[in-house]
Amino acid sequence: MAIDEPEAKVWNGLFWVIQLFICINAVAKSFLQESKGRMLYFYSIASPGDFVLAKLLFNTVLMLAMSLLSLFLFSLFLGNPMQKIWQFTGLVLLGGWSLSLVFTFLAAIAAKAQQNAAIMAVLGFPIIIPQLLLLMRLSNAAFAPLLTIPISTVLLLVALDAMVILLAVILFPYLWKD
Amino acid sequence: MYKSWWKIASILLLIYTVVGGFLMSVPALPALQETIRNLYFHVCMWFAMMILFTVSVVNSIKYLRTFNLKYDIYARHYAAVGIVMGALGYGTGAIWMTYTWADPNNPAFQSFSALAREPKLIGAAIALLIYFAYMVLRDSISDIDKRARISSVYNIFAYAMLFPSIWILPRVMDSLHPGREGNPALNTSDIDSSMRIVFYPAVIGWTLLGVWITTLKIRLHLLKEKQLLS
Repeated sequence: MAIDEPEAKVWNGLFWVIQLFICINAVAKSFLQESKGRMLYFYSIASPGDFVLAKLLFNTVLMLAMSLLSLFLFSLFLGNPMQKIWQFTGLVLLGGWSLSLVFTFLAAIAAKAQQNAAIMAVLGFPIIIPQLLLLMRLSNAAFAPLLTIPISTVLLLVALDAMVILLAVILFPYLWKD
Repeated sequence: MYKSWWKIASILLLIYTVVGGFLMSVPALPALQETIRNLYFHVCMWFAMMILFTVSVVNSIKYLRTFNLKYDIYARHYAAVGIVMGALGYGTGAIWMTYTWADPNNPAFQSFSALAREPKLIGAAIALLIYFAYMVLRDSISDIDKRARISSVYNIFAYAMLFPSIWILPRVMDSLHPGREGNPALNTSDIDSSMRIVFYPAVIGWTLLGVWITTLKIRLHLLKEKQLLS
């Protein structure tokens, strides 16, 4: 590999940036690939709230699997500077969940605008940067033996995720109608 | 005439801001000195920006409730003037910085990378980027009703994500700006009472000026779309 065993901070930064791009590519497919006929079929069998919840759930599971896979590959190829493995794994799952929720909803918007994945990145980057910054700050604590992870910030991220789900359920019916 | 009292109020308040802001006494703080007078311009721009973005979101919600295209036009123009206010906030901030953090003779001098990492600068950049993205999204959809619906949804979603995070970020990261604990500029210990008698009228004056510009833009747009809306 180009960098054998990077420092903890570099490792952390690389990891989250890779997570962001994994999420964009994995989640974007969920709405952009649906054909018009299949959307019409979903429209006839489910309510918009149920539909968006199902999409969120599916993308969450997909992104959690991807997160664990990339965590495994990172520690395989780039060494393992983690001091608190379980806490970091928890943060990775939380981060994957947050990213997948936000990008699922943005994929729905981008799909309605009949655009490619590029507009999803334009719409999504500014929204996700604050959360990504918080996640990087939090996970720095997992690389230092003396720092503890502040629970209040973790709860804050969970609250933001809950808000995204709520907004998706409220706002999706307006995107759905054509 | 009876509806223009707030325009007159805006002019009077801004005259008071400029005259009072440059002539009334201010506390002489080390590092800041007289540059503290920029508070009446710089901080007010951010207040006006946030208020205008909030009005834009309220209009987006109104659009989704009524499907009246008028509200979508309102939302678009309030967001546009909010962007202008944000850009002016950056401009006044840069001028202020020239005499404080970027001045090597000043005790508050900071390196360039420390300034670039400043969470409030990042937060403001995020806010402006989100509304640029809103404009890009609007222009990428040609169907008018669809454009209004999708951009309203994005506006509400982005606002609900943006505002918690730009209030949280400076609290968890080290900031050079004052007012880390609590609400910046609203805290009584942050600004002296002699400054507050100019600062609050200045916020109202600049916000009213922003609203005034927006109403003119909206009137122009509504005239252009007259056939469509009737």
